[in-house]
Amino acid sequence: MEAVKGEARVLLGAPATRFSYIRDREEWLGPLMLGPAILYIVLVVGFPFFLALYYSVSDITLGSRSLGFVGLKNFTGVIGTTKFQTALKNTFVFAILSQLLVLVLGNVLALALQKDFRGKWLVRLLILLPWVAPISLGTIGWLWIVDSIYSVINWTLRAVGIFGPTFWPIWLGVPHLAMGTVIAVHVWRLLPLATVILLAGLSSIPKDIHDAAQVDGASFWRHYFQVTLPLLLPVAVVALLFGLVFAFTDMTVIYVLTRGGPYDTTQVLASLAFFTGVAGGDLAEGAAISLFLFPLLLAAAIGFLRIARRSEVV
Amino acid sequence: MATLYRVRRWLADGAHFGIVAAFTIFAAFPFYWMLITTFKRTTDLMNRTHNPFLFHEPPTLEHLRVLFYDTLYGRWLANTAVVGVLVVVVTLVLAVPAGYALARLTGRWGEQLGIGIFLTYLVPPTLLFIPLSRVVVGLGLQDSLWSLVLVYPSFTVPFSTWLLMGFFKAIPSDLEDAAMIDGYSRLGAFVKIVMPISIAGILTVVIFSFTLVMQEFVYALTFISPVSQYTVSVGVPTFLVHGDVYFWGSLMAGCFIASVPIAVVYNFFVDRFIAGFTVGAVK
Repeated sequence: MEAVKGEARVLLGAPATRFSYIRDREEWLGPLMLGPAILYIVLVVGFPFFLALYYSVSDITLGSRSLGFVGLKNFTGVIGTTKFQTALKNTFVFAILSQLLVLVLGNVLALALQKDFRGKWLVRLLILLPWVAPISLGTIGWLWIVDSIYSVINWTLRAVGIFGPTFWPIWLGVPHLAMGTVIAVHVWRLLPLATVILLAGLSSIPKDIHDAAQVDGASFWRHYFQVTLPLLLPVAVVALLFGLVFAFTDMTVIYVLTRGGPYDTTQVLASLAFFTGVAGGDLAEGAAISLFLFPLLLAAAIGFLRIARRSEVV
Repeated sequence: MATLYRVRRWLADGAHFGIVAAFTIFAAFPFYWMLITTFKRTTDLMNRTHNPFLFHEPPTLEHLRVLFYDTLYGRWLANTAVVGVLVVVVTLVLAVPAGYALARLTGRWGEQLGIGIFLTYLVPPTLLFIPLSRVVVGLGLQDSLWSLVLVYPSFTVPFSTWLLMGFFKAIPSDLEDAAMIDGYSRLGAFVKIVMPISIAGILTVVIFSFTLVMQEFVYALTFISPVSQYTVSVGVPTFLVHGDVYFWGSLMAGCFIASVPIAVVYNFFVDRFIAGFTVGAVK
């Protein structure tokens, strides 16, 4: 093959420069084409990651030039505070509840969208909106919908008689309600992604498997739980992993809706890291807080690796 | 018997319609609400006795006028577009060759590397923004849009490389072999033969990267403080609120304009993104 190409070049009279040599040597060309991307990732993701590790054991603050080594003081200091413990608990409550809801609702919606009906393209477009729209802007839409005075939800529920004349919940002002609202907005935002992933999974199940179940007289529920769901499981795990990563590490919804309030009841690790490290200027402690997200990402990464291995894309 | 069947059929269709309608309203209502609010007078918005679904006073364009003339919204849109275009260029320059190399030139270890690159997509801004803010200051890029151009490819390149790798793998390698027998070098075959038929894949990466740039919030909030340098996703939530006063009409107009058009474009490419997202769990 190599010889044939060389021959062809000689016949065509192409100049045999050093560059053309590289252009044909695949063991050089591969790394050359891959190199810039790898180098960039190492510099802009790898290097800051190690910097974060280093900051977390230092005493760096915004505005100070010192970078002294303080060991695990930031970690031990921060673990003891109630602020941190609440944030850690909230992160789990927030991520796990929202992803449970997303999985259940996503399955229902994907099943409903599997069927063909008129106007399906429009429905799909509308359902995708929350995922594609900039998250900070979509969240502002919700901020207006749950406004303490002009909430359209409260107005409607009062108009239809579900809320009495004196009942007017302040959605973001009461601890449990605020957490519920934050979770609902996150479900709203991540449901489209889970749904389209599950939909792709559903349409990849061969039709004859469904036909066989139908011929055997399986009821809808039996068909779903014993045939469809097991086949959908690997795809559902992918949807769950993405959802968990996005939910565990997001701070935008909380920053826009509550800033962690009321009384830190919606503060999560990511937002606490921001308020400590950037707004508060304590870079070392902020870095230490955000590093608590890392074990979680590692677990998600291992999950993805196992799926990729099993499905043999590699 | 036939009637019973028809009733059951009718009920099933009704339930299906109900489920689809409920989810569609849940997803789209905030955007519908943005649109309504955009054209309502403030006195109409701020009257609790008014039915919020109806216009009690004539619609107005005042909020749009305020948005475009009295705030820096136009500037934020332009900033976002500039950063978006530059990030797309950087992403293509880095990810197109890398995707091709992973698909064709690197064999077994390249496949492992491909997964590794994909996984860096999972590293969130909230883990890196503190050290990166110091890096940005160190390079003298604080308060400049260039800081975003430098950092945003860190989340567009990994996923784009992964998408393009899958895309290039799907092209039969006979094409390049034939081109190389005709005298093209490997690089020439890639540029002249493979790239032109990969326009769809490259366009997917363009849309994907641009959408991510529009959505990004944490880095822009951290790196940039002058109002005139903000991108739209940070400018709207931060600067259309003065103290405790929310300019709801202009806010909602700003949100709607920056959200819906890009979503319509994105919709055409969504199946390709999903093929990338599912890491091969869907065949």
